[in-house]
Amino acid sequence: MKFIKNILDNMRPNFEKGGKMHAFHSLFDAIDTLMFVPKTTTRLGSHIRDAVDNKRTMIVVFIALLPALLFGMYNIGYQHHISLVGVEGAVSYCDNFWGNLWYGFLKVLPMLLVSYIVGLGIEVVFAQIRRHEVSEGYFVTGLLIPLICPPDVPLWQLALAVAFAVIIGKEVFGGTGYNFLNPALVARAFLFFSYPTYMSGDTVWIAEQGDAVSGATPLGEMLAGASMPSSSLMDMFIGFIPGSVGETSVIAILLGAVLLLVTGIASWRIMLSIFVGATLTGVMFNLIGANDYMQLPFYYHFVMGGFMFGMVFMATDPVTAAQTNIGKYIYGFLIGVMAILIRVVNPAYPEGMMLSILLMNVFAPLIDYYVVEANIRRRAKRAKLAVKN
Amino acid sequence: MSKAIKITKGLDLHLFGQAKPEVVETTVGEYAVKPRDFVGITPKLLVEQGDRVKAGTPLFFAKGKEQVKFTSPVSGTVKAIERGEKRVVEAIRIVPDNANEYEDFSVCSLSEMSAEQIKDKMLVSGVWTVLRQRPYDVVPSPDTNPKCIVVRGFSSAPLAPDYAITLHGQRAAMQVGIDALRKLTGGKVHLNVHSRLSRTDELLKLENVQINTFEGKHPCGNVSVQIEKTDPLNKGERIWYVDANDLPVIGRLFLEGRYVTDRIVALTGEQVTHPQYYKVKKGASIASLIFNNIKSENVRYISGDILTGKRIDKDGFISAYDNQVTVVKEGDHRDFMGWLAPSFDKLSFSRTFLAGFLKNSTKRTYSVDTNLHGGVRPFVVTGEFEKVFPMDIYPLQLIKACVVEDIDLMEQLGIYEVAPEDFALCEFVDPSKNDIQEIIRKGLELMRKEMGE
Repeated sequence: MKFIKNILDNMRPNFEKGGKMHAFHSLFDAIDTLMFVPKTTTRLGSHIRDAVDNKRTMIVVFIALLPALLFGMYNIGYQHHISLVGVEGAVSYCDNFWGNLWYGFLKVLPMLLVSYIVGLGIEVVFAQIRRHEVSEGYFVTGLLIPLICPPDVPLWQLALAVAFAVIIGKEVFGGTGYNFLNPALVARAFLFFSYPTYMSGDTVWIAEQGDAVSGATPLGEMLAGASMPSSSLMDMFIGFIPGSVGETSVIAILLGAVLLLVTGIASWRIMLSIFVGATLTGVMFNLIGANDYMQLPFYYHFVMGGFMFGMVFMATDPVTAAQTNIGKYIYGFLIGVMAILIRVVNPAYPEGMMLSILLMNVFAPLIDYYVVEANIRRRAKRAKLAVKN
Repeated sequence: MSKAIKITKGLDLHLFGQAKPEVVETTVGEYAVKPRDFVGITPKLLVEQGDRVKAGTPLFFAKGKEQVKFTSPVSGTVKAIERGEKRVVEAIRIVPDNANEYEDFSVCSLSEMSAEQIKDKMLVSGVWTVLRQRPYDVVPSPDTNPKCIVVRGFSSAPLAPDYAITLHGQRAAMQVGIDALRKLTGGKVHLNVHSRLSRTDELLKLENVQINTFEGKHPCGNVSVQIEKTDPLNKGERIWYVDANDLPVIGRLFLEGRYVTDRIVALTGEQVTHPQYYKVKKGASIASLIFNNIKSENVRYISGDILTGKRIDKDGFISAYDNQVTVVKEGDHRDFMGWLAPSFDKLSFSRTFLAGFLKNSTKRTYSVDTNLHGGVRPFVVTGEFEKVFPMDIYPLQLIKACVVEDIDLMEQLGIYEVAPEDFALCEFVDPSKNDIQEIIRKGLELMRKEMGE
């Protein structure tokens, strides 16, 4: 520890004002404060402060994402090898745990590298220009983006999406804390709308798949008119299905959800109300039952596509969600309703979760506005009553 | 007594260094009146260095409000007029003599006095300045009328003094204080006590006063919270309040005709060798309190509690409204990857440290220092402030309205009902490390100027 501290202390003068490396002080600060909590003491106001900071908050989310990441790696290998079954000359590794994981690791690693290098690079530049410290927001966003991309997304597309998300989704508004759209979803939406054939076709969901397999996700199958997804409910629950890297396994996501709820970092109000909203909408469609999709048992929606991942990790982003407690119930409920609505009724998009969260991101300030307005009216009414008496 | 009013939101911080229930007499070498304790006034000096003063001799008055006099707590000599940046008067320092002389404001019976006479007497003697007002958290203008007056009968702040000790034997003087306050308002005089903390019969036996009992965690001792639950403040209304420790000051003005500011203050904090109570007068230097009584060098002295108090020097003075001094370790150390370590001993309201999961985590006593524990960021996390803010106000939204100086919105969101101290816990739990009390104070001052007060 002392050794690292000495190195940093020796380097610091170079990055301070007037130092020859001053142009890179944001980068130095970021690394320095990552290694050691700053020694800043309270100046004004409360003399003691809670030990938690945004870095701490972000690391908990990061840890919560690890099960989904690890399972995602494994599943990439598994799906790849399963698609090769029967292909001539291919060796089947389906049951080889480490083989699957390694294959997936090699697929995901470049995605992570691209995401972090491009994203953090832009963040550091902006922090430098604005004379801010580098915000820890991208720490989580950088992991989220690869997790919601298909395993075969071309890296140049990923790089473009990351750049778009960080610059247009966040930095133009002032950086973390000022953005109104979830940056990771902005990246996903960028890919979805810029390369539609690519992102909603069959080719990307399984890494380097064999010819014999369709490679469609359960949502893709449903959109194409299947009466039921070809995967079993259990496979979808565990996550042995084609899909974006981190979103296939409900179990892995629930592990993360438990951590987020126990530590109180993600809002249980949002998660609960999404669940309720989606359940009610799903049941309603079941009751109508006008076509195959409407007849699909409502609980299938929870295990297909990005529903769970969106509910646990995306919709709960505090910056882009509703900020009032009442607002969070409304925000979550509407996400749940919209997600199922888009899936079942809209013929163009197989996945409704991303769009419904983005849509509610846009409406979150409006929801808050009306919630706060109720408080304002209550206060005004009280004042009027006082005048009367 | 009526049913207790329950405050469910909030946070009690259990820290080391609670004062032992022992009251020690001490000889204080110096006293001071600090104009900055009284928010929003510009002092016009009435004394010079070397002047002889008695207890009750005016030292300065508030510019624009000449009736509001600020007087010396002791008899002695003006040692120095301390000035800070832009020659702002920081302190009028007085070395006490042994004569213990008082200005004579004449003994008189309250029953024969009109409200105006009572006001005048309080103004000329400096007793008036024990009063404070919502909105704006300032000394009230004498030409205004409050809809009620609140007496704060307990403090819920960390390591707060026990009012049963600080008010011991003061019942007669407090009763006269209450009677005087009753004449200043057409409404009620509320006395707010806690169901468990600081129970003292001295308070409970007071008459002609509405006693409200509160129950719950900090900040249930803040008057803003109490006012909202008992008699909410609306735009255009005023409520005055006074700490119970200042009731005897009011009472003795009428009983003895003198400005007597005797009080018992608590010296608290982990860094204090013998945390205990001291008998002093208003504005006492802490030098004799902390002499040979502090564990280490690198500490911060605070007049007031650890959440809302002001930093003072080691020979600094206790502020006008404080009856507590806190000493805390400075936190200028760097923890290796502190944001990642599991940490079994870190005080956090969030449940992101393992300490939060240990048995009795909410009742455990913690060791703290002044480290900020992170860098300053824009507001990111939501929902945390609401857990420690018991009023029907949206704290984050009001803070943001103050930041952007949107006075209409500030007014709509309830700026009149709050004081910076109400946001101390928000500031404590804020993972983005913003100085929220400062934001609120600036907002209040902006509002006050806008309203021409």
